[in-house]
Amino acid sequence: MQLPRRRRGGANSAARRSTRALACTAAWTVLLIGTLTACGNDSPSTLSPAGPKSQLIATIWWALFGISVLVSALVIGAMLWAAFFRRGDTKVNQTSGKGIVLTLGAVIPAAILIATFGTSVGGIARNADPPSPTEMTIEITGNRWWWEVRYPEAGVVTANEIHIPVDTPVRLRLETDDVIHSFWVPELMPKQDLLPKRINHVWMSADEPGVYRGQCAEYCGAQHAHMAFHVVAEPSNEFEVWLAEQSEPAEKPDTELEREGLDVLQTSTCGTCHTVRGTSADGELGPDLTHVGSRSWLAAGAIPNDFGHMSGWVANSQTVKPGNLMPPQQLSPEELRAVVTYLQSLE
Amino acid sequence: MSTSGVLPERRIAEQTVGAVLDETWEEEPGLKGWITTVNHKRIGRRYLVTAGLFFTLSGIQAVVLRTQLITPNNQFLDPEWYNQLFTLHGTTMIFWFVTPMLFGFGNFFLPLMIGTRDMAFPRMNAFSYWVFMMSGLLIFASLPFQMAPNAGWFNYVPLSGDYQQQINIEFYTLGVAFLGVSTTVGAINFIVTALKMRAPGMSLARMPIYVWSVVATSFMVVFALPPLNLANFMLFMDLRFGTKFFDPAAGGDVVLWQHLFWLFGHPDVYIIVLPALGIISSIIPTFSRRAIMAYPLIVFATVGTAIIAFGVWAHHMYAVGLSNVSMTFFAAATLTITIPSGIQMVAWVGTMLAGRIVITPAMLYAFGFIAAFMIGGVTGVMFGVVGFDQQVTDSYFVVAHFHYVLFGGAVLPILAGLFYWWPKMTGRMTSPKAGYWSFGLVFFGFNLLFFPMHISGLLGMPRRIYTYDDGLGWTVWNFASTIGSYVLGVGLLLTLGIFAHSLLRGPRAPDDPWGSNTLEWATGSPPKAYNFPVVPTVHSANPMWDGQTLTTMETYRHDEQRTMTEEHMSVRTSELDGRFEMTMLMPEESPLPFIVALCILATVTSLLFSVYFLVGIFAALGTAALAYWLWHRPGVEE
Repeated sequence: MQLPRRRRGGANSAARRSTRALACTAAWTVLLIGTLTACGNDSPSTLSPAGPKSQLIATIWWALFGISVLVSALVIGAMLWAAFFRRGDTKVNQTSGKGIVLTLGAVIPAAILIATFGTSVGGIARNADPPSPTEMTIEITGNRWWWEVRYPEAGVVTANEIHIPVDTPVRLRLETDDVIHSFWVPELMPKQDLLPKRINHVWMSADEPGVYRGQCAEYCGAQHAHMAFHVVAEPSNEFEVWLAEQSEPAEKPDTELEREGLDVLQTSTCGTCHTVRGTSADGELGPDLTHVGSRSWLAAGAIPNDFGHMSGWVANSQTVKPGNLMPPQQLSPEELRAVVTYLQSLE
Repeated sequence: MSTSGVLPERRIAEQTVGAVLDETWEEEPGLKGWITTVNHKRIGRRYLVTAGLFFTLSGIQAVVLRTQLITPNNQFLDPEWYNQLFTLHGTTMIFWFVTPMLFGFGNFFLPLMIGTRDMAFPRMNAFSYWVFMMSGLLIFASLPFQMAPNAGWFNYVPLSGDYQQQINIEFYTLGVAFLGVSTTVGAINFIVTALKMRAPGMSLARMPIYVWSVVATSFMVVFALPPLNLANFMLFMDLRFGTKFFDPAAGGDVVLWQHLFWLFGHPDVYIIVLPALGIISSIIPTFSRRAIMAYPLIVFATVGTAIIAFGVWAHHMYAVGLSNVSMTFFAAATLTITIPSGIQMVAWVGTMLAGRIVITPAMLYAFGFIAAFMIGGVTGVMFGVVGFDQQVTDSYFVVAHFHYVLFGGAVLPILAGLFYWWPKMTGRMTSPKAGYWSFGLVFFGFNLLFFPMHISGLLGMPRRIYTYDDGLGWTVWNFASTIGSYVLGVGLLLTLGIFAHSLLRGPRAPDDPWGSNTLEWATGSPPKAYNFPVVPTVHSANPMWDGQTLTTMETYRHDEQRTMTEEHMSVRTSELDGRFEMTMLMPEESPLPFIVALCILATVTSLLFSVYFLVGIFAALGTAALAYWLWHRPGVEE
């Protein structure tokens, strides 16, 4: 007498529970989609694409996401249905079920997978070549833990900041001087590794002017976390101006303090590793500093580029980026102030 | 069933031959017996306990890592510690926890499920355990001295070459190669045991799916480990003796390491997951009160996975710059391997829908597994889309994906298996209500820990960074993950408490507490040293349910070929249809496995610290012990 009633009660509350679970899932999904699409501005998100390559992949993602939610919901839903409604004195069905398993587990998935494969191959083909031929090549070399950026035609060498003209595909030549790194600008293009003695060529393009954050995506040792860079996409006239300025040698010092700073730069150890074109500093181990004042960030995105941060960095970069390859500098406070003032003036 | 929970057929068999067998199979007590034992159940238990200990250590590392990431620019760990911890976490979870844990289950239950008395090579089995345990101690010992591997668990060259301290990487190359001995030996043992020692009547078509999965896994181990061992050997030679296999400046190739590593590494995913799926295929029929749906298809899927798994490795390398043709090939293979998993998924859910569900902690964990494996599976399919793979590989999205596959697809089944088989292993029941709490906390913590990682990955967060800036949209998701890791930790501690409580206070378990379908439940809880007083004749794929198999334990109780009371003996049967061939003598306990393992440990340690004359001495000692071992085989001279 009691058993059926209890079972019915169980089924009712089970139904209520599963409705609640469904509502909960729906709420979560909405929240998820909301968050993913909403944080376009501050997040280097793959889902706020700003270039054709990432745009295509983001579209593919939403299709995959939709199918995945549907399939998972069906399977998990069926399981929950069994968990709630196939209990108590339910009659066991002894079917071997081979036909059903083959249909639902192999044939239908195969159809979905073939479509996915088509998407995959289509994506490879679409992203292999740029929409229009590239005219400019930028050479990017990975280093522990910063990026060297060269514009060979213009004779420009800079670091951690890549300027490109908007709406114009550029060719990237990727290589590394030490370990493997991976070049990734989520909003513009997916990853491409930088390998020693193997050169990878890819193309990249931005649809809108803006600053897009990129970061090394292949673990490369102690400071893998601080190996970011920024891609600055700007209208082509602004880009040309930038490129022309960068190809100039370093500005001459204007003030007494700046002159002292140049002196410090040339007489201390700075020039062993760094180049400032137009001075005697011609080292090649660290980033080129000819126009370091024009950059927004220092130390591969680790700190903003201003007088205070740069002073801290030059005095002892190990406190900012422990394990990085620049040793602390033995400079007096006056020397430090002078050299940082000079470097900040190099726009 | 009688009140004491002993199956009537087994009671009659035990009354006839139990006393004699007890004497024949009695083991030496004390420390000596502890070291010399070759009993597969003791070894299996040890595997489980040791792997559980390594899981705890490695889990603590993970919680420490998560604590570092709880807020942006956190100063809790310095980068060197962080990098060693995440490398060691990955390495030990993969090599020293999951596979050995599942080998532990295999050791304990494979002989029971096929109705035999021991593994085919009991001494090799003991040897495989000792090597696993000693290599684990070696690798964990590196951490307190900051000598732990620090180039990531896949140890890419050239980062693992001249850019790190040599000792850290050598702990990796030598430790992993040392462990490889154990895994290979164990795999061969499983293959031979399952193919030659099944109870009469257990044709391959009646072999439990769990046994199929262990055999498939073992074949994969045999084929997947050589490339890994080779790669580690080459890297060790590069580091120690200046060869140039991976030195690009001298014409070596850094991508070669990646190919060799992933040629092992991707099959290894299935080496880990297949036996776990086998556990699920054992639990679901029991608690659905019917045989598993589409048995032949699941077997086909298991074997198919094991084969296809060797053709998908390059999908870990889509960002390297492979040719479009090879990326297309590996995309196709990657998508194909989904189909066997799809078959199994539908078969499990179908079995539930057609059956009558009994809710137990083990079954709850099986539900949790299906949900988690489903999510890990669909994100896995996404990696078959090359462009999307290139976008999210090496981001937190992939971290989320493989934790859904490895934690959801292997650790949840392991917990399911522990709750399911605990009464058989210990003779004690666990508290069901506490088990529900365990599942609730673990499952909630697991999802809170790993689900947000999908999002932080899509938002552009690379993996393996020890810190990140605020304002990139990652902060809240990392905070959630870290809280999830604490919840999961509490859930796992509670689970440990449940098992400890059961050992001390749990009610006695009957032979077959759940009404299961496979032969391990026809033994005592815990099983006697000889497992089966009478080796039964198996009549179906669900011997406990067919009403005939158990009766044969009574029928043959005076048949010396089935009782084998004289010495340590076991039945040998034919590979395909399980026809009786002969009874064979099994080795007795021996200290040799321990001694040989110890010699290898000493050799490896001396090699690690470059004390070459000790390398020579210990290698010679080990070879001598091995020779003595091989000389004194049962049936040859005794």
